[in-house]
Amino acid sequence: MRSAEAFAKCKAEGRAALVGYLPAGYPTLADSIKAIDTMIENGADLIEVGLPYSDPVMDGPAIQKAADLALREGFRTKQVFEVVKAVSGRVPILVMTYWNLIERYGVDAFARDFKAAGGAGLITPDLIPDEADEWIAASDEHGLDRVFLVAPSSTEERIIATVAQCRGFVYAQSVMGVTGARSATSAAAPGLVERTRAHTDLPIGVGLGVRSGDQAAEIAAYGDAVIVGSAIVNCYLDAPDIPTGHQRLAELTADLAAGVRR
Amino acid sequence: MPQLPDVSGHWGEFGGRFVPEALIAALEELDAAHTKAMEDPGFQAEFAKLSTEYGNLPSPLYYAERLSGEAGVDIWLKREDLNHTGAHKIRNVLGQALLTKRMGKTRVIAETGAGQHGVATATAAAYFGFECTVYMGEEDTRRQALNVARMQLLGAEVVPVTTGSRTLKDAMNEALREWVATVDDTHYLIGSVGGPHPFPKLVRDYCRGIGDEARAQILDRTGKLPDIVAACVGGGSNAMGAFTAFLEDDVKLYGFEAGGDGYDTGRHAATITAGDIGVLHGARTYVLQNEDGQTIESHSISAGLDYPGVGPEHAHLAATGRAAYEPVTDAEAMAALEKLARTEGIICAVESAHALAGALRLAPGLESGTTVLVNLSGRGDKDMGTVVDYFGYGNAEGKGDK
Repeated sequence: MRSAEAFAKCKAEGRAALVGYLPAGYPTLADSIKAIDTMIENGADLIEVGLPYSDPVMDGPAIQKAADLALREGFRTKQVFEVVKAVSGRVPILVMTYWNLIERYGVDAFARDFKAAGGAGLITPDLIPDEADEWIAASDEHGLDRVFLVAPSSTEERIIATVAQCRGFVYAQSVMGVTGARSATSAAAPGLVERTRAHTDLPIGVGLGVRSGDQAAEIAAYGDAVIVGSAIVNCYLDAPDIPTGHQRLAELTADLAAGVRR
Repeated sequence: MPQLPDVSGHWGEFGGRFVPEALIAALEELDAAHTKAMEDPGFQAEFAKLSTEYGNLPSPLYYAERLSGEAGVDIWLKREDLNHTGAHKIRNVLGQALLTKRMGKTRVIAETGAGQHGVATATAAAYFGFECTVYMGEEDTRRQALNVARMQLLGAEVVPVTTGSRTLKDAMNEALREWVATVDDTHYLIGSVGGPHPFPKLVRDYCRGIGDEARAQILDRTGKLPDIVAACVGGGSNAMGAFTAFLEDDVKLYGFEAGGDGYDTGRHAATITAGDIGVLHGARTYVLQNEDGQTIESHSISAGLDYPGVGPEHAHLAATGRAAYEPVTDAEAMAALEKLARTEGIICAVESAHALAGALRLAPGLESGTTVLVNLSGRGDKDMGTVVDYFGYGNAEGKGDK
């Protein structure tokens, strides 16, 4: 399932989409599948599966820690296809990944195997369209969504060039900083969404910092998707055991899903 | 020959910008400011004045007579160890600090491994009155407590990094994260010729005085160019600084990487020798990585060379064959360090000892009269702890042998 299908459904319901992020292999490989199922059952409209990486320069402490734990447990890139295969079919499944892992696997080979597993597309936080010729060709060849980021510091010129290469949706990084749940969301986000919307008809997802239904409702007022990552990871990082983590994730997702429906 | 890097910072397939979009505006601002500065006689004059009066530059070129006699070739040492703060790094930090001032920024952040770049950055920050924060792996803050104290004395804040392997690469990750959040008033004063465009080019431009000076000095002293230029390569700033002036000349260029316990043991930092292309810290270059592209920890007795990546221009020089890169083991480097101390009365940095060891290894295969220019990138005071551990010195009753 591609991203456009989920966004069309949400639009028909007159609401923003809820996007949940979790690194593959965290808290364990099997439990990352179970966690994604939990998110889908409780109202997530799209899923971002993270690929754990040794040097995640865009991530704050929560996601760093989760990725680090997954790698120490021996997570391998190819296992992401198992996860995608196990959870796909109900909502679009995207992979969010640092670029070296894809280059190492082979850009076209990854696109092919990911498509075969039922994946929708890639979100590439450290790949800008200027460096993405190979990925643009591979995603065209295999029919995958291509989600690049725009940021509060992006110039008009860069927003135009970036959205021109996006497919599925555009990822608006709402704060100048790394991922992490924050009590206040960003003052820069509405302006960034507005500047981006002036140049594209694609849905615009807003990420970085959301941790509650109230914040989700706030973002849903101007964004087309609310992206939640660190708060989801925190369900497990802070829990005494994995079953408690699953339970907390179910509650959080339900709260967020209600938020985007307010 | 086309001008390299190209406008988007590529040397062939290497270099570029693999960073979050959030940093692109700052990198473009930096590129524009640097390009303008390079064309501005006012900037050049200020840089030259600062280098001379504050940095103690140009550094001398020294003919190592006794060492040459033993090696059977003519060894000339570019004495970067005599610079202010004890290494070539003062060139880079003075250049970038001047640029920071021109951009109207008031704070600098930096990553550091052993602490040399951190100390140099703290020095420049003190000189210019900038706020300064240095990210340093927690492991390294313990191993290099004296450098932590130096930075603190100079007014910098030292932040121990507790993520990942808690060493240089993680300090760099943390500096990049911090920069995204503070880019409005903060310059990331990167310590080597790595990172996203324009850093590799910019750091090279500020360090190239090493080779420019040495080229003029050796022509003046010998009437000809050297046959070989040798430098150690971690990230590669001193080596790019030494090589740049000679790129168009008929001069052989050798970069000596940290071979650690020996290349075959897998415990090393010989990134180019390992030959795997990847993306790390914003650039495509050679990277020590596993089958999946996860970065592998590097190993070297020299903290300054202990890094799993390398500047993209070195990757290009290696791939095109313009420069040769070879590993030098911990043991070879320490032997060269001791030899230099005993033949010339110069205690060099363990990093620089890799360059010297590489040159001494080449010597038996060279014709007598061959001129070898070795960049002695730093002094060894900071390494006395390593020397004590390695040779077992420090006990006055001992005989001074291993």
